[in-house]
Amino acid sequence: MTLSNLPVGSDARVTAVNGTGPIMRRLMEMGVIPGVGVQVVKTAPFGDPIEVRVRGYSLAMRRSEADAIEVKI
Amino acid sequence: MNENGHSYQLTIALAGNPNAGKTTLFNSLTGLKQKVANYPGVTVERKEGPWAVIGHTANLVDLPGLYSLDATSLDEQIARDIITGVQAGLKKPDAIVAVVDATNLERNLYLVMQLFEFGVPVVIALTMIDVFEKQKHEIDVEMLSVLLKTPVVAVNAKTGRGTEELAAKITEVINTTPGVPYVFEETDEEAGPHGKIFSRYNFISSVVQESVWHSDHAKHRLSDKIDRILTHRIFGLLILVGILLLVFQTIFSWASLPMDLLDQGFGSLADVVRAQMAPGMLTDLIADGIIAGVGGVVVFLPQILLLFLFISLLEDSGYMARAAFLLDKLMSRVGLHGKAFLPLISSFACAIPGIMATRTIESRRDRFATIMIAPFMSCSARLPVYTLMIATFFAGQTVLGFFSLGAVLMLAMYALGIAVAIAVAAVLKRTILKSPPPPFLMELPPYRLPNLRTVFQNMLTRALVFLKRAGTIILAISIILWALMYFPRGAEVASPVTADQSETAAVLGDEGGGPGDELLPESEQLKNSYAGMLGHAIEPVIEPLGFDWKIGVALIASFAAREVLVSTLSIIYNVGKDENEESETLISAVRNAKRDDGRPAWTPLTALTLMVFFVLAMQCISTIAIVRRETNSWSWPLFMLVYMTGLAYIASLITYQAGRFLGFS
Repeated sequence: MTLSNLPVGSDARVTAVNGTGPIMRRLMEMGVIPGVGVQVVKTAPFGDPIEVRVRGYSLAMRRSEADAIEVKI
Repeated sequence: MNENGHSYQLTIALAGNPNAGKTTLFNSLTGLKQKVANYPGVTVERKEGPWAVIGHTANLVDLPGLYSLDATSLDEQIARDIITGVQAGLKKPDAIVAVVDATNLERNLYLVMQLFEFGVPVVIALTMIDVFEKQKHEIDVEMLSVLLKTPVVAVNAKTGRGTEELAAKITEVINTTPGVPYVFEETDEEAGPHGKIFSRYNFISSVVQESVWHSDHAKHRLSDKIDRILTHRIFGLLILVGILLLVFQTIFSWASLPMDLLDQGFGSLADVVRAQMAPGMLTDLIADGIIAGVGGVVVFLPQILLLFLFISLLEDSGYMARAAFLLDKLMSRVGLHGKAFLPLISSFACAIPGIMATRTIESRRDRFATIMIAPFMSCSARLPVYTLMIATFFAGQTVLGFFSLGAVLMLAMYALGIAVAIAVAAVLKRTILKSPPPPFLMELPPYRLPNLRTVFQNMLTRALVFLKRAGTIILAISIILWALMYFPRGAEVASPVTADQSETAAVLGDEGGGPGDELLPESEQLKNSYAGMLGHAIEPVIEPLGFDWKIGVALIASFAAREVLVSTLSIIYNVGKDENEESETLISAVRNAKRDDGRPAWTPLTALTLMVFFVLAMQCISTIAIVRRETNSWSWPLFMLVYMTGLAYIASLITYQAGRFLGFS
């Protein structure tokens, strides 16, 4: 499953970050790499973006970005 | 020597993640003596200031806020150039102060790992440690220092804790040959192309594990509780609307009190000059050119100061990121960033502070797209124009027997501006500002009480930058416009103009538009000035819009500021320049004004066309000046001037010609 369809509130672990390009690289540099624990904290009022907790801080990302992140509960 | 003329023995770079407390530390180390400029050719801001380290005064260079140094963005490229010493005008730094947020250690240390690779000695300034300890976590600063083989100093910019030790450590690392702490090689393991990122984070995880103890209460952070309300799908949006209304109300309405005072102050100053000095060109230049020009610059300060008070509070408290989070979906539909909302709302008061506020948008393309459409928001300077037109031609009429026609038209003008802005943004984002769907990776930093000193310093910096960069251009163009309307002088003009003058006077004699038949000297002067000649020259171009040359003169004069249209019409229709947009004399003068051939100069259709023109046209030198400053180039403001004027012309042409086709005169 991907981070974008992870239910709000449940903890998961990143298994893969797909894709290339600067956005994916930036995601990884901000600490979203395979093995790290993540949690979807909430969804913005209009359904996008989402707030993700990673490495003790909150990162907002669009669903299109979260789609590229594979996770396992 | 740097370009400020100081000779510093040391150059020290200040690096760190956004929201790590870098600006606060920079302000506390350098005080009020900082210099703000742009790096050549780009919009990245260059901030420097003197920092007294033991025995030296160092030039402290504030790098842009960074998450990484891999040079994918302009900020990162410039930071890299500064650290490697290839940035023009800056010496290679002798040392780097790396600001690290204790509450967000892992991600903050990632940048430090990259800084290590440049071989420049690093000292870590650990911020937010009080917050961290309040959350019942513990951090072993000494252990951290040992593991990283780098001095770590706990600092608190508010109390001054650690700043002396920081200076001492800087001297220490500069005077000893530093060992390179850690350099990670690109590995070709199964980690793939991003092996280096893995190695860095793996190392960081082991360091953090050995030096930090987290309490179990980490989950119940205060920020989460606040966010339950502030990013709530209903309350969050309501509060956001409330905050935006407050900001709008402040700059639209509350700022007008100091603005009026400034306006009156400069008006009285001009009167004093006129009373004290002998009448003549020099007096007129000082009173109407220079004092009025300076006044026209200074009058923006209340709005700029107040808007940046809000922006600093919203940014420093962490709310701005939440506002962008709430609105991103809406704004991304038109291809803009969530953070574009506040600058656009502010532009309804005035595009100058609005455009300055786009600084909060990191992506250059998103920021420029926002700047390009900001002037379509109907600003307060357009109101006198709309009001005069409505009062003259549409007063007292209703739509559907209930709505006042004036209110409906006013609303329509605002809506037109917004609609065109959305369309233009969509076009720009698909053409010259084309970029992949703008990434929205944004940290939502913990809520913090804003540091008042940082807020104050930010307001001051913005005001000074405006005065220095935009103010000079505004003043220069104001004086040029004054000269266009002042020269040639009536008495000294050569014969061809004199002929024209008598012709005009004859025409005016038939007109009977003014309250008295006698021509005021001001009106006479304006008609024979270069601006008057320009009005005649552009008449063939504006004729299809239903405008005669006198309206043309008013259009030219209103480049200084849109509301100048009202006072210029008063002068040209011979009712004296002090009439305002609600003056009965001016209203009847406009209503009765005749063209040179005797037809009425104005009809309701002309008035509507003029309003449409003012919604879309770039009739404001101050906006041009601030766009020049904020984009650091002349091509963007010129592009803006051309495309907006073009759009205004086409829209007005359609309005007027369609109106005629439909049988309105």
